[in-house]
Amino acid sequence: MSTHSTGPAPYPRAEVSPPSGELFPHKHLLGIWGLDPTAIKHLLDTADGYAEQNRQAKKSTDKCEGLTQINLFFENSTRTLMSFEIAGKRLGMEVTSMSTGTSSIKKGETLLDTAATLNAMRPDVLVMRHADSGAVKLLSEKMDCAVINAGDGRSEHPTQALLDALTIRRRKGRIHGQTIVISGDVAHSRVARSNIYLLNAMGARVRLVAPSTLLPKDVDRLGVEICHRMEEGLEGADVVMMLRLQQERMQGAFLPSLREYYQFWGLTHEKLKYAKEDVLVMHPGPMNRGVEISSDVADDLDRSAIEEQVEMGVAVRMACLDILTRGLREEDGQ
Amino acid sequence: MSMTAYINARLIDPASGLDTKGTLVTEGEKIKAFGADETAPEGAKVVDCKGRILCPGFIDMRAHRVDAEAALKGGITTVILQPDQTTVIDTDAVVERIRRRSEDSETVNVFPMGTATRGMQGSQIAEIGQMMQSGAVGFTDCRTPVSDSQVMRRLLEYSGHFDALIVQFAEDKSLASGAVAHEGEIATRLGLSGVPAAAEVIQIERDCRLAELTDARIHFALISSREGVDAIRSAKKRGVRATCSVAPHYLHLNDNALEGYRTFAKVRPPLRSEEDRLALIAGLADGTIDTLVSDHDPKSADVKRLPFGQAAEGVVGFETMLPLALAQVHAGKLELMTLLRALTSTPADLLRLPMGRLKEGVQADLVIFDPEKPWRISQDDLVSSAKNMPFDTLPVQGQVWQTVVAGKPLYTAA
Repeated sequence: MSTHSTGPAPYPRAEVSPPSGELFPHKHLLGIWGLDPTAIKHLLDTADGYAEQNRQAKKSTDKCEGLTQINLFFENSTRTLMSFEIAGKRLGMEVTSMSTGTSSIKKGETLLDTAATLNAMRPDVLVMRHADSGAVKLLSEKMDCAVINAGDGRSEHPTQALLDALTIRRRKGRIHGQTIVISGDVAHSRVARSNIYLLNAMGARVRLVAPSTLLPKDVDRLGVEICHRMEEGLEGADVVMMLRLQQERMQGAFLPSLREYYQFWGLTHEKLKYAKEDVLVMHPGPMNRGVEISSDVADDLDRSAIEEQVEMGVAVRMACLDILTRGLREEDGQ
Repeated sequence: MSMTAYINARLIDPASGLDTKGTLVTEGEKIKAFGADETAPEGAKVVDCKGRILCPGFIDMRAHRVDAEAALKGGITTVILQPDQTTVIDTDAVVERIRRRSEDSETVNVFPMGTATRGMQGSQIAEIGQMMQSGAVGFTDCRTPVSDSQVMRRLLEYSGHFDALIVQFAEDKSLASGAVAHEGEIATRLGLSGVPAAAEVIQIERDCRLAELTDARIHFALISSREGVDAIRSAKKRGVRATCSVAPHYLHLNDNALEGYRTFAKVRPPLRSEEDRLALIAGLADGTIDTLVSDHDPKSADVKRLPFGQAAEGVVGFETMLPLALAQVHAGKLELMTLLRALTSTPADLLRLPMGRLKEGVQADLVIFDPEKPWRISQDDLVSSAKNMPFDTLPVQGQVWQTVVAGKPLYTAA
């Protein structure tokens, strides 16, 4: 197999409990980068519990009653925003959402002014999405409450990586040792970055498959294998995660055409034959059917975990909201 | 006329290679005499330098604001103002106004650079001759490279008539489009769009060919990569009249400084890899890089405290230029004399200015500094008009004690 690099993860992380004894010793969830396996495992374990709860008739608790959650989305989103809203409500939070059309950013207010304004309203959790890498971190520096990154630029989308990991863990039993292929527009994808960090931290073998115009420079140094041909890349894969290809990248600048992309990198049953028999197919949505994934693969009940990912999304976000507000509720971090 | 004698000085004149203990005497605005055997004349005011280095005041070839107080504190006696001002410097009238203001006031000398093309649009050659007559010392479109090869060729050809220095920003426009960082591991991890070092090399190679074709002088504003240094080195070897500059932050930091989306480390060209940083130091040490500039560019917190992609580029550099550069001297990677040459006589020669050397009869622009003195850079102590720099709390060695312009001490350390 012509993989270009199999470099080690740049910063080895030890799987030990932190000296404080706290399993998630962070104020915010800004990204997966910097989380140790203990913290990730704690988030996943907690989410697992919520996944069960969400399948009961009574899905809500009053765990976070009286707390305020603000969802601040500077970029259009329906599924992530709704997922965070439902997660907050199921925990008994007061949830308010604001998206870009109604915000004062359009009126020229700077991000830090917005932060100061929101902070004055004394929320307990702020969930934020922004089109610029690093924007959520910048805002978190001015907030007293916990901040959850719901996606910033091309940087990170930690809850997506967590829900992907939870889905894999539930379907495959574990993440460690799995060969996981991430295919598509890695260069412009925050989902890919968060997934790379998380899967590496948890001991998976991560392989990127994409044309080189869609791979960022030196990405092999993040501890992944690189492959340019689908047939090679899928060999022995336990999981294949497809990424959404943005419309604006399809027309000439990065790729010659949609048709050509589908032929070489679109996920079809034909190409899936190279992967393991029980390969799990994932997609963060929304899908471009017939571009990065064929309809029959997307709808293949045995292999596709796409709907389960959405389901796990709510559970993971409940876990994040729960864990980050434990201090406020004077609940033990354990 | 009043005389001042600077005694117990370590006199260094990079132009002649002089490095000796001695005395320098000024009379009025000019240097009267200096040397190891020189003594304080009768009636002269005596300044005891206590063994500190006394050398020509620094000439900073690249500053975006005058910020006189900060310049003096950094030992800079001549500021070369870039044309990207509120009123773009692209006519002789603007040049003249800046020159007159400088001549009429007791502060740092200010010489503007004019634009290379009208309004920095890159299509029509600016009025180089007239601006030069009014006192412009070079021509550049600042952070916009002249992209059109034909325009650049004619610009170089035309500049020859006036022996004008054309300063090019070495960056291929389309490769750099939208980029905010060096293309590499850090940018990839942070999710920032990057510009490869190739963008710099492509511009340098093209312009060196054009300079060769037209037998003109060309200066590259800020070199940031190993490949860029290599390209200049090989061009010089071929006999191309190419020169280039680097700023201290490129010698001191690599793109790791962007970690945590620190916009104070956002500069253009971007901070590159460690390998590039080391190549720049080596390039300055072996003379491939000719001059050291501050690229002083005060930016308010309003335009810096933004998400990385939106934040303004630039750092303030006047006050930190000497200690940051001296760090390489202390590390044994750069000769003191080489460094001082890059700050004095070399920029003077490139710009055809009379200062930048110790010589009887020339204007007494001097800096007296202690190369060893340890101190800590602190944002709070900056006198620059803004505080955007990534060096807060950094311990450094070497500090300016006194800056003299036209025989007058305009800054003395507390």
